[in-house]
Amino acid sequence: MRYLPLTETDREDMLARIGVSDIDALFSDVPAGKLLKAPLDLPRAKGELEVERILGRMAGKNIAASAVPFFVGAGAYKHHVPATVDHLIQRSEFLTSYTPYQPEIAQGTLQYLFEFQTQVAALTGMEVANASMYDGSTGTGEAVLMAHRVTRRRKAVLSGGLHPHYAAVVETLSEMANDEVVALEADVTGSEDILSQIDDSVSCVVVQSPDVFGNLRDLKPIAEKAHAHGALLIAVFTEVVSLGAVTPPGAQDADIVVGEGQSIGNALNFGGPYVGLFAAKSKYIRQMPGRLCGETVDSAGQRGFVLTLSTREQHIRRDKATSNICTNSGLCVLAFTIHMTLLGQAGLTRLAEVNHANAVKLADLIAGVKGVSVLNESFFNEFTVKLPKPAAAVVEALAGKGVLGGVPVSRLMPDAGLDDLLLVAATEVNSDDDRAAFAKALSEVL
Amino acid sequence: MLNRQGRPTQAGEAVREDRATFTGNKALQQIEPLIFEIGHDEATGVDIDKPAPFRSRLGQHARQGEIGLPGLSEPEAMRHYVRLSQKNYGIDTGLFPLGSCTMKHNARLNEKMARLPGFADVHPLQPLSSVPGALALMLELARYLMTLTGMPAVALSPKAGAHGEACGMMAIKAAIAAKGEGATRNVVLVPESAHGTNPATAALIGFSVKAVPARPDGTVAVADVKALLGPDIAAIMLTNPNTCGIFEPEIVEIAAAMHEAGAYFYCDGANFNAIVGKARPGDLGVDAMHINLHKTFSTPHGGGGPGAGPVVLSQRLAPFAPVPFIHVEADGSPRLVETREEAPAGNKPFGRITAFHGQMGMYVRALAYMLSHGSDGMRQASEDAVLNANYIRAGLSDLMSLPFPDHPSMHEVLFDDDWLKGTGVSTLDFAKAMIDEGYHPMTVYFPLVVHGAMLIEPTESESKATLDLFIATLRDLAMAAKGNDKERFTGAPHHAPIRRLDETRAARQPVLKWEKPAPAEAAE
Repeated sequence: MRYLPLTETDREDMLARIGVSDIDALFSDVPAGKLLKAPLDLPRAKGELEVERILGRMAGKNIAASAVPFFVGAGAYKHHVPATVDHLIQRSEFLTSYTPYQPEIAQGTLQYLFEFQTQVAALTGMEVANASMYDGSTGTGEAVLMAHRVTRRRKAVLSGGLHPHYAAVVETLSEMANDEVVALEADVTGSEDILSQIDDSVSCVVVQSPDVFGNLRDLKPIAEKAHAHGALLIAVFTEVVSLGAVTPPGAQDADIVVGEGQSIGNALNFGGPYVGLFAAKSKYIRQMPGRLCGETVDSAGQRGFVLTLSTREQHIRRDKATSNICTNSGLCVLAFTIHMTLLGQAGLTRLAEVNHANAVKLADLIAGVKGVSVLNESFFNEFTVKLPKPAAAVVEALAGKGVLGGVPVSRLMPDAGLDDLLLVAATEVNSDDDRAAFAKALSEVL
Repeated sequence: MLNRQGRPTQAGEAVREDRATFTGNKALQQIEPLIFEIGHDEATGVDIDKPAPFRSRLGQHARQGEIGLPGLSEPEAMRHYVRLSQKNYGIDTGLFPLGSCTMKHNARLNEKMARLPGFADVHPLQPLSSVPGALALMLELARYLMTLTGMPAVALSPKAGAHGEACGMMAIKAAIAAKGEGATRNVVLVPESAHGTNPATAALIGFSVKAVPARPDGTVAVADVKALLGPDIAAIMLTNPNTCGIFEPEIVEIAAAMHEAGAYFYCDGANFNAIVGKARPGDLGVDAMHINLHKTFSTPHGGGGPGAGPVVLSQRLAPFAPVPFIHVEADGSPRLVETREEAPAGNKPFGRITAFHGQMGMYVRALAYMLSHGSDGMRQASEDAVLNANYIRAGLSDLMSLPFPDHPSMHEVLFDDDWLKGTGVSTLDFAKAMIDEGYHPMTVYFPLVVHGAMLIEPTESESKATLDLFIATLRDLAMAAKGNDKERFTGAPHHAPIRRLDETRAARQPVLKWEKPAPAEAAE
């Protein structure tokens, strides 16, 4: 077995040094009859070539986003990632390191976490950011729990424009902890009346912008009303590139901002691993979940970085901790922070502009297909299309023509009665030819 | 004096003059500024063409003003991050004996497979007809996990070990609610020696926590558990092998006692790597157990994550598994169930715990590991991990103190600081001195039930020669500690890129992001 360095002779010598006759003597605490006598019924070890063949065959059955005109979004987006990013995250010292518990030999990780926190705070317009969550959806769940701790109330109001998976995560956590959730009806046009839901019993209002239907939302009036009633505004986004083009939640007085960072530096990966972005006003630092990296000095007075405020964390506070999180998304953070460093403000602004331009071009093009209308008044790189037929069937028919044409709303909300709606996303990877192919295929299948 | 590896054993013998440099850099050890100090607003390392004029649809939402994010050109960024990487210790750098964290070899084949476009470049919501290979991979991973654990079901979506704990405990909570006991069964037993994630998880989902004491031998007694059982007890969360590195000898009796009391047995599977192919949790009476793919199946830790924490479930918890899951129809065809409404008859999913399907990138890596090892190799890996831990124990136990000498160690060996008494050297000092010798320290101060704990886990990836050198080094250090060479420890690390850091200051005056210097200061 190529990964196991011990030889049979080593094993014999070592057992002798330990003073036992065979390896099973070291498993003597396993209750009688429960120790397996032989390998389990699974295939035996395989060489590298054979593993590549097996997994290569499986991978080959899937259609990769880069192989076709691709317009699927709804919480995960196909973007171009510079080659430098994947090269750097595969550096051994990053890839194979652990949580930086020993800061003197983990300054590489700690410094990039500090840079990441600064970048996320700047992007969102917030005062502090943590060193990542698993993804945007679990981050949203944690944000609601945090708001409950801050306000000592236990009722969350969820906008009908919140990604249904994100809403489901919040609902699951709330159901388990007996907290209350008011989830508004699916809000296709971004015109829901969420203000009337806010009163003195509410802990937080959770609003996504751009929302799951692509609408850009004005968060300021919601923040104002929430604050007037002692509640917090949790602002959510699933497309971080949008922050290069739109007013950030911090400038609209959001209290906690949560988002998905996959778009920057990270691949689609069929849903994970991703990277959750989490930022807040600094007065709430001690209620924040997850890890934080802070600046300090060493015994010689040099600047250095450490994990800090760990008295919030599970390994110290146990059942009083601000979350149960141990692992974060370290390597995905690294990919994010490298890609963001390469972009800088100038690059991110341009990238956002190209995304928006491509989405506008696509919307104009498919709005011209007979029977199709675009429902959004405003959007960034994703919008909602109304079709004359059930969207799920249209998407399958488009796939048959080699175009991956978006997400049917019915896939996310089967019971919402919105079967004729399709979510369509455009990014910088879409070419004029891709858009033309989409419009042509759409007109053919309708 | 040289030890048997030909290395000096006396302080000073190998230390050359440490001359100050003008820059503060020392050859390959370079001081690297923050990107905010070297980048600027106009710089960028990507080339993106300006789009042709178009009519914006952002409405009144268009961003006003600067973001305040510096950029770097590609060569500047490359150098910045390469230099940062050189300040990090990884498993490819050397032995990384973090107990309970399981730092084993990260095979690059796994990385290569995870990057196949058919896995890395597929969207979680693209038409299912376009991803049959992804579903097949998830089913195959599930089959391996169920076979290795002897459990009938698995929920794949948890994103990390603690998330898996939450998933398993939620399934237990849902099962209790389905029996109409939701209001009364609300206490979870957690041994004192447990990972902090266990009590945090139980509390997170609305249980209250009651501690179970550890016996003097480091294990949990069935009698102590039975004494706490009653109609209010929902479950026990027990780590096995436990955090003292010991296989719980009364685990079968504990499981039976829980079941008899109408409660459930959650097993923390963080240390499953010790027993893969040697014992199956399903045979021990486990109802739910998470598996840290990043520990047991070697997906890289990447500076703290990402992880993946699938949960295996017993028959009585299987119906409550969260969405999404793959349901295999009577004709053998897989169907992805993404909402509660779509669940087949008999299934009562407790909800959803994350967007999309979980950590696909980690599934690929873990399955590549499993295929590479095979059932024979995985069993051998567990045996070698246990053998290596006990070999270190045998090599050090005359010098360092073992709090629990009555049980064999499993994949990790636990020492305490009893042997350091009177030396003026703490566990932390000892750990920092290991850095100077070129090792990542072991896990220190955990588990909490042991004073000054040092938990060493070599894993199966280490050769006998590596272990011999490690043992010799620790012996040298132990002798130095006992021989009044205190300065070696209290000032350590002397040779790391940075000296010992002031963690108290970081917590008292938190500085969590870079702030632009005020103009007056900048002008100075």
